[in-house]
Amino acid sequence: MKARAFEYAKATSLQDAFDAFARASGDCCYLAGGQSLIPSLSLRLQAPSLLIDISGIGDMRGVGIVDGMLRIGALTRHAEMLTSPEIARHAPLLRLAAPHVAHPAIRNKGTIGGTIALADPAAEFPAVVLALDAELEIAGPGGRRRTKADGFFKGLYETGLEPGEILTAILVRPFDKRDRCAFDELARRRGDYAIVGAGVQGRFHAEQVEALRIAFLSVGPAPVRARNAESAVRGRTLSPAVIADAQATLHLDLDPAEDAQTSRATRLHLARVLLGRLLGKLAREARNEGGRA
Amino acid sequence: MTGALSSLDRPNTYIGRSVSRPNAKRLLAGRGRYVTDLQLPRMLHAAFVRSPYAHANIRSIDASQAAAMTGVHLIATGVDLAKLCKPWVGTLDHFAGMKSSPQLPLAVGKVVWAGQPVVAVVAETRALAEDAAELVAVEFEEIDPVTDVDAARAPGATLINPELGGNVAFHTRIESGKVDEAFRGAAAVVEETLLFGRHTAVTLEPRAIIADYDPSEERLTVHHGTQTPYQFQDIYSRHYGLREARVRVVAPDIGGSFGMKLHVYHEDMAVVGLSMLLGRPVKFVADRLEAFVSDIHARDHRVTARIAVAADGTIRGMEADDVTAIGPYSTYPRTSVVEGNQVVRLIGAPYRFRDYRADLNVVFQNKVQTSQYRAVGHPIACAVTETLVDRAARKLGIDPFEIRRRNIITQDMYPYTSPTGYTFERLSHEACLDKLHALMDYPRLRLEQEALRKQGIHRGIGIAMFVEITNPSPAFYGVGGARISAQDGAIVKITPSGEVHCLISVGEHGQGTETIVGQIVADGLGVDHGAVRVFTGDTDVTPHGGANWACRGAGIGGETALQASRTLKRNILSVAAAILQARPDDLDLRNGEIVDAATGSARLSLGEIARIAYFRSDTLPGGVSPQLTASHHYTPKGFPFAFTNGVQACHVEVDVETGFIKILKVWVVEDCGRIINPMLVEEQVRGGVVQGLGAAFFEECLYSENGQLQNGSLADYLVPMACEMPDIEIAHVETPTQDTELGAKGCGEAGTAAASAAAINAVNDAISPLGASISQIPMTPQRLLRALGHA
Repeated sequence: MKARAFEYAKATSLQDAFDAFARASGDCCYLAGGQSLIPSLSLRLQAPSLLIDISGIGDMRGVGIVDGMLRIGALTRHAEMLTSPEIARHAPLLRLAAPHVAHPAIRNKGTIGGTIALADPAAEFPAVVLALDAELEIAGPGGRRRTKADGFFKGLYETGLEPGEILTAILVRPFDKRDRCAFDELARRRGDYAIVGAGVQGRFHAEQVEALRIAFLSVGPAPVRARNAESAVRGRTLSPAVIADAQATLHLDLDPAEDAQTSRATRLHLARVLLGRLLGKLAREARNEGGRA
Repeated sequence: MTGALSSLDRPNTYIGRSVSRPNAKRLLAGRGRYVTDLQLPRMLHAAFVRSPYAHANIRSIDASQAAAMTGVHLIATGVDLAKLCKPWVGTLDHFAGMKSSPQLPLAVGKVVWAGQPVVAVVAETRALAEDAAELVAVEFEEIDPVTDVDAARAPGATLINPELGGNVAFHTRIESGKVDEAFRGAAAVVEETLLFGRHTAVTLEPRAIIADYDPSEERLTVHHGTQTPYQFQDIYSRHYGLREARVRVVAPDIGGSFGMKLHVYHEDMAVVGLSMLLGRPVKFVADRLEAFVSDIHARDHRVTARIAVAADGTIRGMEADDVTAIGPYSTYPRTSVVEGNQVVRLIGAPYRFRDYRADLNVVFQNKVQTSQYRAVGHPIACAVTETLVDRAARKLGIDPFEIRRRNIITQDMYPYTSPTGYTFERLSHEACLDKLHALMDYPRLRLEQEALRKQGIHRGIGIAMFVEITNPSPAFYGVGGARISAQDGAIVKITPSGEVHCLISVGEHGQGTETIVGQIVADGLGVDHGAVRVFTGDTDVTPHGGANWACRGAGIGGETALQASRTLKRNILSVAAAILQARPDDLDLRNGEIVDAATGSARLSLGEIARIAYFRSDTLPGGVSPQLTASHHYTPKGFPFAFTNGVQACHVEVDVETGFIKILKVWVVEDCGRIINPMLVEEQVRGGVVQGLGAAFFEECLYSENGQLQNGSLADYLVPMACEMPDIEIAHVETPTQDTELGAKGCGEAGTAAASAAAINAVNDAISPLGASISQIPMTPQRLLRALGHA
């Protein structure tokens, strides 16, 4: 299939992009890395009349500490999550998740802002920013605002972005030496959308969990936190029994759909296995390095 | 190796050497020219309006809006093309009682699968044609779809083709010996129902065609990504009423075919008609979504089978019942029943029991047509046989290698005719089994398995023996009335500087045919391999032949090339003898030089002979008329098929919590007769194994109850990819066929034939201590978890 005809405009600044959006008649889309949008146009699933290319906007790039927070420009490529020393040091969960994001060719083009703004429930980074308790920096014709990742993902491809708004940066509290994190997913083939995946990050006092955030992907219409499991481990040491308690709560928070390949029950089962393995990994790390904290 | 040594066994022969592909650099450099790359003057593009329903009547078609668009040149319906194109029927005479309805390029009156082309739109670009196609309004009236093989055969079932009086395309029963007695006297009987998912070829290059009709000469040229250009010359000529000599089919570079690119497709037939209506070239390239709903699908079997064994593991008999689902029609011109027919005839093939009974039912469905795809029927027959043998061995406490050793057809039994009527000239089961046992270090693997089991790591080892049909004679299709050639032709000629062109009817689509034909010609003539250029796939240029199907390129094409080069060599030596005033028998052609046969001393270059023959024949003695072009056609005449054999092993690790399986390693020992190029044989085997592992673990066309394909994209339909594929170690046994001088048999399907069977046995070996078993492929995490009682 070939895409329907569309107009293309290259924005040089945010203001330029907003102006183009305001002038547009009919459907209009922002284009960043294009790794989801362009296939969708080619499949005629979307047919906007105008694409506004925001990939050249300078202040949406760069990774660094700003006012005590790690600021990740929305145009940061997935591949940079694997190479940036700042990401490795201050947001290692992103580093852990990045190898699971598609394949190198896609990681070289796709952007973190694009994947979060699209909010594919099977994508890795939306779940990761939930687990990181990140803040999202959003610019619009009316100015800039910040919002928590919690509450941003509202449903299938549905977010808190208003029409015309652009996600400009992701802000993450830097990783602390008391923090631990883990990410894993179960995908039939390397780089596929996972049957289920999860990122966890928490603060530990020796072997005891002070607070832990658990976010799943591919188990519902949007990335979702397993709040009951988080409660089950808060203030406790990750013993096999505690982990089992956390696993047993997952059905309260996850609402996986049935599809042609995997039943709802299987997805829940796999989510429990995955959570058990991730928490088991954190428990082993805490046990081995507990004295250090 | 058996038989007398010939020149092919010389130490410096090209035969048996891993000569690299002459076309590899060109393709890697992006210089390949596929149909998709071709841009012809005045060329237009076709897109199709397809049925969204699996089964429906067409109430009305309104294309007025689309027709009014600028740049749209033609909109054609089924009725429009039916005026030009004679319908085709996918039956063959030797399948007694088989039925199928006539087919036309576009649907007329009703649609019978979701994705069937209904209206063709031809415009200046593909995008424009798609824009216009979206504006064509077709009104459908849904009919109950037939999507289940049992419901299809139940009384009162909706009939897909009411004129046929039922939904069964073909039924056959094979019975040999005293099956009931064999089962009555058995020490153990094992029964199993195995389910084999539907999958499809997923060639890297999708189907592509440009039809270019020139009304001034009533001449049709079709640039076609096909493995059988000669077959299509015949079909386009007969179905569109064109003079055969004026129909040219050119198959340029082709990105994979696997049996998928030799069937008649509705869009391809439509494109020919569209070009005739317009008098302009019309191009159609199936995109990936179209490929999933129009390329043939394969497999889709439910086999219930039983094996009877004596206490010592001797197989006493087998019984099988195969129900296989095809599309709404049998494909043309090879039918959709060959697969099932080969399943029931290949079950038990490596073993020497005589009592066998099988039923085959081939059932119409409102789904995409199924037909021949790499290793037609073999993976099913192999998996049925080998899972039953393994289960019987487990029941009797016999090692999997041992039970096979006790049952295989042995060297003293050849030629051997199977209970289903196949005659094996000579196979090498004992040698293959022994070689595999050593190659994989079987005893060490078993010890490791035992040790790891104690740590909760569940590994499994599976083996599977296979027999493969190659080098088919006219007994395959010709006897059934199909105009599908079992012979191939080659023309070999010397250029004026003494280099060589070979024009041959077998084709190149990634498997290395050009390379091996070049080796054979260089060897047959006695010239440097680099001096030979091979041309394939153009019905105006290359000789008529069967081309590529059922593993025949090396065995039939290779022998053709060898004999043509031998003839040409004799011609060259007779000219040389006239020039040198010697006897032809005292001369030889070696490395491009005429030499004294006894001493090897150089007398004259081939270039000099060509110069004299082409430019100064006046200097030759009277009566010498140089013939520096020779041709040869070859058809298998001895055994109807050259059967090959081998054995595979698969090593897996099952994560019993998630149902995920890691494929650790695959070993293959195969015997394809004389090996022309070991590297290419191994590439063929590896590629085949990967496709077999795809079937075992990943690939499946999933249909909803109402006949909608649910995973028709490469995001949802999982092809095996490099990260999941294991190392594949290969070893060879060589038993050349005595039917040809070359002695080569086919190797293209050996990998696929047994890979999924070995995988099933490996997984069951891993999970059987947990009391679990699986008998359905692909073995998805979901199915594994169900087998393990988790979900």
